[in-house]
Amino acid sequence: MTDLTKFSLAEARDGLAKKSFSARELTDAFITAIEASNGALNAYVLPTPEHARAQAAESDKRIAAGTARALEGLPLGNKDLFATKGIRTTACSKILDDFKPPYESTVGQNLWDAGAVMLGKLNNDEFAMGSSNETSAFGNVVSPWRRLGRDGKRSTDKLVPGGSSGGSSAAVSANLCLAATATDTGGSIRQPAALTGTVGIKPTYGRCSRWGIVAFASSLDQAGPITKTVRDAAIMLKAMASHDPKDTTSVDAPVPDYEAALGKGVKGLRVGIPKEYRVDGMSAEIQKLWDDGIAWLKAAGATIHDISLPHTKYALPAYYIVAPAEASSNLARYDGMRYGMRVTGSNLTDTYELTRAAGFGREVRRRILIGTYVLSAGYYDAYYLKAQKVRTLIKRDFDEAWNFVDVVLTPTTPSPAFAFGEKSGDPLAMYLEDIFTVTVNMAGLPGMSVPAGLSSQGTPLGLQLIGKPFDETTLFQTAQVIEDAAGRFPVPDRWWMKG
Amino acid sequence: MHVDEATVRRIARLARIKISDAEAKSLEAELSNILDWVAQLDEVDTSAVEPMTRVVAQAMKMRDDVVADGEIADLVTANAPSSEDNFFVVPKVVE
Repeated sequence: MTDLTKFSLAEARDGLAKKSFSARELTDAFITAIEASNGALNAYVLPTPEHARAQAAESDKRIAAGTARALEGLPLGNKDLFATKGIRTTACSKILDDFKPPYESTVGQNLWDAGAVMLGKLNNDEFAMGSSNETSAFGNVVSPWRRLGRDGKRSTDKLVPGGSSGGSSAAVSANLCLAATATDTGGSIRQPAALTGTVGIKPTYGRCSRWGIVAFASSLDQAGPITKTVRDAAIMLKAMASHDPKDTTSVDAPVPDYEAALGKGVKGLRVGIPKEYRVDGMSAEIQKLWDDGIAWLKAAGATIHDISLPHTKYALPAYYIVAPAEASSNLARYDGMRYGMRVTGSNLTDTYELTRAAGFGREVRRRILIGTYVLSAGYYDAYYLKAQKVRTLIKRDFDEAWNFVDVVLTPTTPSPAFAFGEKSGDPLAMYLEDIFTVTVNMAGLPGMSVPAGLSSQGTPLGLQLIGKPFDETTLFQTAQVIEDAAGRFPVPDRWWMKG
Repeated sequence: MHVDEATVRRIARLARIKISDAEAKSLEAELSNILDWVAQLDEVDTSAVEPMTRVVAQAMKMRDDVVADGEIADLVTANAPSSEDNFFVVPKVVE
């Protein structure tokens, strides 16, 4: 029998339309795969099989009645940062305990209203703070990818799936859902996508509603999908994006049919190559990957232009002021009084302090303290205001570049997937994972990672496309050309299914 | 920028996070390292630059000042660690 979990979202959609299989059969295939895999990979923190089967039954009725919607009967994973009505939502932090939201996130509601099926809640770094999924209160997510040793065999060393959307990237690459929701504050969609051979897009700030998504840094957070193919990402983003009166920063603009743009190619498109992304110590394989991308786009009729984004090197330090500052403010709400865990102390202040010390993990506590420091009396101008001014300059660099190019091409990450513990001891080394992705959040632009090759260790590498505000269409068009040239990168060995 | 232990304790108190003596020591080094690293922003002349407030220019949305939701006290208190009759039960605040 065909393994239904191997389909892309678009293939499964077509199979359901042709009645080759039912939504219930498709959903059951994923539920079985999750049961067989989650012990090894830990991608889901809460599988919801009964919920999924009920949604699939409804979808089968709709398909039979000829009233199927855009994502009818398609099983998805949902990052645990998205509030799910009546279903535990924790942001993978102990502090939220057994929190069951009485509401659904707008992005989630859009997906369920389009007929999608939710298989469960996906693991992530605690409050989306991390680049390796090592900070989750539910433990590490293990990447389905393993390194190729000198002997040509796959090593058994466990690799990180990237972060913060590590459950999303692992689940999609391991065929534990057709596609997944994710969020990106400094690279949390694109970096895990690059490390697992999957596609990830962070749309323009304001494209997706942030309502019902646990807040990390509100001026940077955006939702987007992680998928197996460029087409799947186009289908997902179309469904996720909307104007939402409940999020004042969501943009009242029509959402284009991204899928329709996929075949248009890149003839005459002007592609910018920023010299500042050729960082010191960039490995030869990342350089080659970038050169391959340039060659593919050129061969497809695009023109290549050297550009300069002079403030690039300041994006990461500015981010590590803005993001912790906003996080310290957003996370002040976890006080142990209205929801989540409470550790009772000798007085009210003691109760607050004990609750927050016990509820937040080490990286979250560190960022809250940095944020509290930079916002404290006498330091606001020197840090937060300064960083917001640097943001203006970063955005201005891009505004200038758009006079000469239509899209920018860079690597997504400075290196391939690493092993557990390799970077978690040094916060600054971990922060450097986001060096190529964070500028995009600082400028609010859309950015997309497309798998483009394998490292010398046989693990995936991604190329990043950066677009003009609200021009996700050009990203999809260009990404399709890269995918057509590079091919797809399925996990070669489903080792976790054995035994 | 060196952050001393007294500053770490002051910040932790502001953030309402209890820290142990050992944590205060390690945070002293960690926070100092991070602040040293972000100090490279001082190289950038921002004297004539406005801080960024929005990615894309957009008019502030307005709506009528009317009640749009409510009468859901049971839902609001449903996740409370302690509640009674739709009220949050909190530790004694006033002596």
